[in-house]
Amino acid sequence: MRTYVVRRLWQSALTLVGVSVLVFVILRVVPGDPAKMLLPEGAPQSAIEELNRQLGLQEPLYVQYGLFVQSVFRGDFGQSFQYRAPALQVVTERLMATVQLALAAMLITVGVGVSLGIVAAVRRGTGYDYASTVLAVLGQSLPNFWLGIMLILLFGVALRWLPTSGFESWRHLILPAVTLAAFPMALVARLTRSSMLEILGRDFIRTGRAKGLAERAVILRHALRNAAVPLLTVLGLQIGTLLGGAVITESVFAWPGMGKLVVDAIFFRDFPVVQTVLILSATLFVVINLLVDLLYTVIDPRIRYS
Amino acid sequence: MSAAAAWPERRAPLLRLSPPALVGGALLALVVLASVLAPLLSASDPLKPSFSRRLAPPWGLGGTAAHVLGTDNLGRDILARLLHGGRLSLALAATSVLLAAGAGILVGVVAGSAGERLDALLMRVADVQLAFPVIMLAIAIVAVVGTSPAALVGVLALSGWVLYARTVRASVLTIRRLEYVEAAYTLGATDLRIIARHILPNTIAPILVIGSSQFATMVLLESGLSFLGMGIQAPRPSWGLMLAEGRDYLSNAWWLATIPGVAISLVVLGANLLGDGLRDLLDPRG
Repeated sequence: MRTYVVRRLWQSALTLVGVSVLVFVILRVVPGDPAKMLLPEGAPQSAIEELNRQLGLQEPLYVQYGLFVQSVFRGDFGQSFQYRAPALQVVTERLMATVQLALAAMLITVGVGVSLGIVAAVRRGTGYDYASTVLAVLGQSLPNFWLGIMLILLFGVALRWLPTSGFESWRHLILPAVTLAAFPMALVARLTRSSMLEILGRDFIRTGRAKGLAERAVILRHALRNAAVPLLTVLGLQIGTLLGGAVITESVFAWPGMGKLVVDAIFFRDFPVVQTVLILSATLFVVINLLVDLLYTVIDPRIRYS
Repeated sequence: MSAAAAWPERRAPLLRLSPPALVGGALLALVVLASVLAPLLSASDPLKPSFSRRLAPPWGLGGTAAHVLGTDNLGRDILARLLHGGRLSLALAATSVLLAAGAGILVGVVAGSAGERLDALLMRVADVQLAFPVIMLAIAIVAVVGTSPAALVGVLALSGWVLYARTVRASVLTIRRLEYVEAAYTLGATDLRIIARHILPNTIAPILVIGSSQFATMVLLESGLSFLGMGIQAPRPSWGLMLAEGRDYLSNAWWLATIPGVAISLVVLGANLLGDGLRDLLDPRG
């Protein structure tokens, strides 16, 4: 158990080192002058030389990487020249909007996805099962940027029920959250269905029923709890889907989060911001998945890692 | 079961695909065929604007049979753009799936057979790759290297190799310890021969399943990038780009954004259904 925790911590730390190397490589070892890329277009030669000196670009690569890591640990990700402010500050200001959107989408993913999966498994072969399977297949096949636009067309343009862009009230959150949740929700529904089906066939479920437990208790307390373990891994991995999906969803709905920020940043060639978003989202992913793995031992007492 | 009864099953596994999988395969085949035959199916030029015929609705909704799916904001024929756009999207997706599979299989074989240290290193690299949301990594790379089709294929392939690598590695690690492989070693077979003759054939089933579902992912990813303006560039037709262009005309010409989305969804649906069907067929436990 202890060795497992240590090993996972060590692995996560190594992954984060890899993340920093990759981001460093993408932005430095590309053809062209990195200082030119990190500065706005048309920056004077003196500024380019100054930044070259600052970044230590005449030093060997490993020294440059060391300097890069040092500044990252100081929280210094460079200046965003689009906003003329520290890149980290620019990104963290937008982080909350993305977290809000991702949490709402996660809520839908878990709430609707798990319910659909349970209903489909319990009523296997009925209309409910087929309907939820069709919904799940569609959820995995509709591109989220198109789904978003179709929701705008239906609820915004035709019915005029919901606002289609902006960030003012919870009503603004509905369409983007549904759009972002569609794919992971479908995945969770399918996974819940298949693991519930497997578990509902086990002996202890029959025992539970035989000893007169209410069907509700059998399904929610015994079956679902056992199905939760594989589900949790998938949910952890969906953090990546949500952060990535946010890039597109936020662009469709003009949601002022990290995803829209990074798309705008690319068009302005605001590389310090791009770099910050990449590092931040990868770190979030690694840390959350580490927590999920550690949480297993709590949810499923049978798991004792050696 | 007698040998005669077992024989047809061996001969035509595809015929045992479930109905949804057959529908998926047919759907995919239809779209691929339509894209390949694009010049024959639509006489219109996908790039030629015609300002007198801007925003014509589809045939049957007030439009004419000359433009079955209507025209876009520049008066270009949507059907022609859809078919030609499909050629590019499908070719890019297929190429990147092949590249990703090739690279992934190679890494998986090396990781599974070249010793613990290299294995650990390669698997950490895979972890790093997975830590980034695919689309974020893709747009960062595209921003640096540009939006040429070659760059797009590279980025897409980069996003997809890990699944193959992990699957092949796991198979290599299990199969290596099986008795028949050890027997082959004892008989003096080389590593390369064992990998090629005994290990890889056993990984074909999962690779097919991954590849089929991944084709869907690649189509989504490419059209997503094009939608954001970081994939295929105008005036080239691309489904994602057509969708993005149609976004500005939602209130007066809904078909601009709707039609390309239907095309993407059909391809993705087809590939997903086929992938699911293959999985059911090839992996009886799943």
